[in-house]
Amino acid sequence: MILLLLDLFVQFAILNVIAFGGITALLPELHRLVVEQRMWMDSTTFAHLFAIAQSAPGPNLLVVSLIGWKVAGIPGAIVATLAISLPMSVFIYVFYRHWERFRTAPWRAAIQVGVAPLAVGLVCASGWLIAASAGLDYRGVALVVVCTVLMFYRHWHPLWYIAAGAAAGAAGLV
Amino acid sequence: MPNPDGKSGVTPAAEAGATPGLLELFLACSRIGLSGFGGVLPLLRHMLVEQRRLLDGPEFNALLGLCQFLPGSNVINLAVCVGARLHGVRGAIVVTAGLLIAPFALMMGLAALYGLWGHLAIVQDMLRGIAAAGAGLLFATGLKMAQAMHERWLYLPFAVLILVAMVVLKLPLPPLMLALLAVTAGLAWWRARRALAEAGKVPRP
Repeated sequence: MILLLLDLFVQFAILNVIAFGGITALLPELHRLVVEQRMWMDSTTFAHLFAIAQSAPGPNLLVVSLIGWKVAGIPGAIVATLAISLPMSVFIYVFYRHWERFRTAPWRAAIQVGVAPLAVGLVCASGWLIAASAGLDYRGVALVVVCTVLMFYRHWHPLWYIAAGAAAGAAGLV
Repeated sequence: MPNPDGKSGVTPAAEAGATPGLLELFLACSRIGLSGFGGVLPLLRHMLVEQRRLLDGPEFNALLGLCQFLPGSNVINLAVCVGARLHGVRGAIVVTAGLLIAPFALMMGLAALYGLWGHLAIVQDMLRGIAAAGAGLLFATGLKMAQAMHERWLYLPFAVLILVAMVVLKLPLPPLMLALLAVTAGLAWWRARRALAEAGKVPRP
C-alpha cells in the first residue's frame, strides 16, 4: 500500500511539473499511465471517472483525485491531489515575486507561443481518448459531434451539455 | 491547516485594511469551489477583483498570466499567488485548501456512490452520455484554442504531431512534451528574433 501510494505520488508529481496547458491537457497521459501502463483500472472506468468529475463543481484537477481514489481509496485520492498540485505550488510560492522581471523576457513569450499548439493537440487527444474509452456506438459519436459543434458556436453553460448527456444516456439514446 | 484565527498574518497587499482574515478567506474560497461548475476561474476573479477588491484587474491578469504560463493547474497556481500576496504562506495554504477541500469531499461522496452503484445499467448509461458530452466539450475547447492561436498555419502541425504521438503511438508525455516544446518554443524564439532584426531593432542573431 505504501509503495503503491509512493508510486502514485511520484508519477503524478512528475506530471504536475510538465503540465503545460493545464490539467485537461494531461488526460491522455493519465489514461496512458493508469490504464495502459500500470493497469490500475480499465478504460471504461477512466471515462466514468471523467464523467463524474465533469458533473461536479470544483477545480478541474479533481478528476485526478477521483483517479487516485480508484487506485487506492481515500488515501490514494489525497496523495494524487497533493502530487498533482504541490510541486508547482511550492515553486510558484518562491517564484511569483520575481515574475514581473521575466514577464517581458523574449524566451517567456517564445515558450507561451510554443505551448499553445501542444495544448491544442493534447486537449483534442483528451476528447478522442474519452470518446474512445466510453464505449460509444454511432449514436454516442453523433452526440460528441453535436456537443462539439454547439459548444463551439454557442456560449451555453457547460452544465447544460452534461445534463443533456446524462438524460440522453438514461433514456437509452446513446 | 493553519489556525484560521481570522486576524493575524502579514497583509502586504492591504491598502485600505480591507484584507479578509484567514477564516473569511477560507469560507469565501469554499463557496467558490462548491459553485464552480465547468470552471472556477471566473468566480475567483469576480470575488477577488469585483466583490472584495483585493486585486485590481491588471494585477489579476498579471498573476493569471504567470499561472497559465507555468505548468500545473491554473486555478491552484493562482490560489497560491493570491493567497501568498494576502497572507504569506498561511494565505497560500488557506486559499488553495478553501478551493479544494469542500469539492474534494463532495467528489469522494460521489466516488463512494459510484463504488456502490456504478455497476447498475442506468448509472453506466448516464455516465456514458455524460462522457460523450464531455468529449464534445473537450473537442470544442481544443478548436477554440486553435482558433485563438498565433500563426496557426505554422504551429498546427505540432498539435497534430502530439495528438498522434499520444493517441496512436502512446508515447510517454514527459519526454515528448519537453522535446516538442523545445522545438516549438525555439521556432517562436527564432521567428521573434528575425522579425526584430528585419525591423532593424537588434543585430542579426
